[in-house]
Amino acid sequence: MSTEGLGHHISSRYNEDLERLRSSVLEMGGLVERQLTQAIGGITEPDARVIVQVAQEELRVNQLERSIDEDCSRILATRGPTASDLRLIITILKTITDLERIGDEGQKIAAIAARLAMRERPNSRYRELRNLGELVIEMLHDTLDAFARLDTELALAVVRRDRTVDEEYEAIHRQSITFMMEDPRSIRRALDVMWVVRSLERIGDHAKNVCEYLIYLVHGKDVRHTKIEEIEKELHAFKG
Amino acid sequence: MDQTVTGMASGSKTSGFPPATDIDTGVIPIRPSGRGMLQVAVDETRRSAALNAPIKARAEALGFYYGSFQALKNLTMEIREKQVTALIGPSGCGKSTFLRCFNRMHDLTPGSRYEGRIMLLPEDMNLVAPEVDPIEVRMRIGMVFQKPNPFPKSIYENVAYGLRIRGVRSQLRIQEETEKALRGAALWDEVKDRLSHSALSLSGGQQQRLCIARALATSPEMLLFDEPTSALDPIATARIEELIAALREQVTVLIVTHNMQQAARVSDYTAFMYLGELIEFDETSRIFTNPGRKATEDYITGRYG
Repeated sequence: MSTEGLGHHISSRYNEDLERLRSSVLEMGGLVERQLTQAIGGITEPDARVIVQVAQEELRVNQLERSIDEDCSRILATRGPTASDLRLIITILKTITDLERIGDEGQKIAAIAARLAMRERPNSRYRELRNLGELVIEMLHDTLDAFARLDTELALAVVRRDRTVDEEYEAIHRQSITFMMEDPRSIRRALDVMWVVRSLERIGDHAKNVCEYLIYLVHGKDVRHTKIEEIEKELHAFKG
Repeated sequence: MDQTVTGMASGSKTSGFPPATDIDTGVIPIRPSGRGMLQVAVDETRRSAALNAPIKARAEALGFYYGSFQALKNLTMEIREKQVTALIGPSGCGKSTFLRCFNRMHDLTPGSRYEGRIMLLPEDMNLVAPEVDPIEVRMRIGMVFQKPNPFPKSIYENVAYGLRIRGVRSQLRIQEETEKALRGAALWDEVKDRLSHSALSLSGGQQQRLCIARALATSPEMLLFDEPTSALDPIATARIEELIAALREQVTVLIVTHNMQQAARVSDYTAFMYLGELIEFDETSRIFTNPGRKATEDYITGRYG
């Protein structure tokens, strides 16, 4: 991560404060990403310990959320940040909320993974969950990468990918209903699968949110609740 | 000067959006408003009032020289009526020089010279034209200075003086106008029982409000503030800021301030000046959340360019 492009404040302590804040967000993101990877791993490679591991990370994630919050309020109170500094603080405050929720979803997935591990596995070995899970992990990874490098092209790519996640969600949803109708004994498992898919879909949304904040941070444009086509059109208009 | 470009924007070299800042175009970017839905949220009521306000004064290619030193370079900007416009920039950038042009404070500086024009609307009077009487200009455009400078006379006389100069003879009228001006400056309740006391017995903040009342007494169209709160404590400062917010109901305000947060709080428009040039002029809400130029960004965030 480099802040060369950010230029330096006259106050070096202010620089350090902002730099530390960015590092903490990335650290928090890294932990959340690990939680998620473990949780999804727990589904494809049954392991009852996964729930303990994920819960351990959760403690640290919550700690980080609190300390980042505190640092942000302190900077707001003492420095009165403006322009890109202000956008950075706002972006961070919002980002950590989404990251923390991704962590929560990871925990839910881990809990279900532990349950699934105790039951007979279907022939598919939850391939569909693994595929969607990998897609979502990649989204989160790219989101953090985009955040570290202030790369809005990458952020846009993540926003675009959220649509694929939504489509996958729909597909698995329909498939589960079919299973349940075919064989009522599969209802329990199908419901668990649905919970996981639901969590993954939510995580995709959170990653997308963070990417939208990032576009605000870099360009000062609020692109929330804007269709991806609109954002791209805007982008195209600037290029043209 | 560090040319590694821009604040947040520069991180993404591959980005499709243009960088949030742009230092190379020669044009002062006054961005068009209402570019669809992609907008930073601002106070819309206040904003549309600001955008629809008619123009009160317009600097046209204004230049100013102290002898051979050119303090203002080719400055063009519009001041909107009944809005607060803040001038910000580092020391020596020409913001005070610019402000003083509006009421001809430079007339007595030997070797000084104007270029271009400052047109006062609606009648298109060139404020800096030699044939225009500076006294008339000062009647219409009042000024409040950094340090309160009341006359060493009574509170009442400080305000009434301007009216007498203006040729008002009726005592009753002078009384009425004085009270009105003191009320306008949010000072009346504090001084109504001691109008005959010396103005110098007032606190710094009260003295500054007295100076505002004095400026208001001649019913000016514009008020110029040159760092009006830099010598005041935070409470007195807050009062003056409240007052400026209220004043824009009746007058056009131009204010020079070194306090960035103050500019952000009290003004509708902000002009950032550097080395005698106007670098950026835009709505205040934009300047402080997403300025168009790197130099502005560096200045308001406290970075060296």
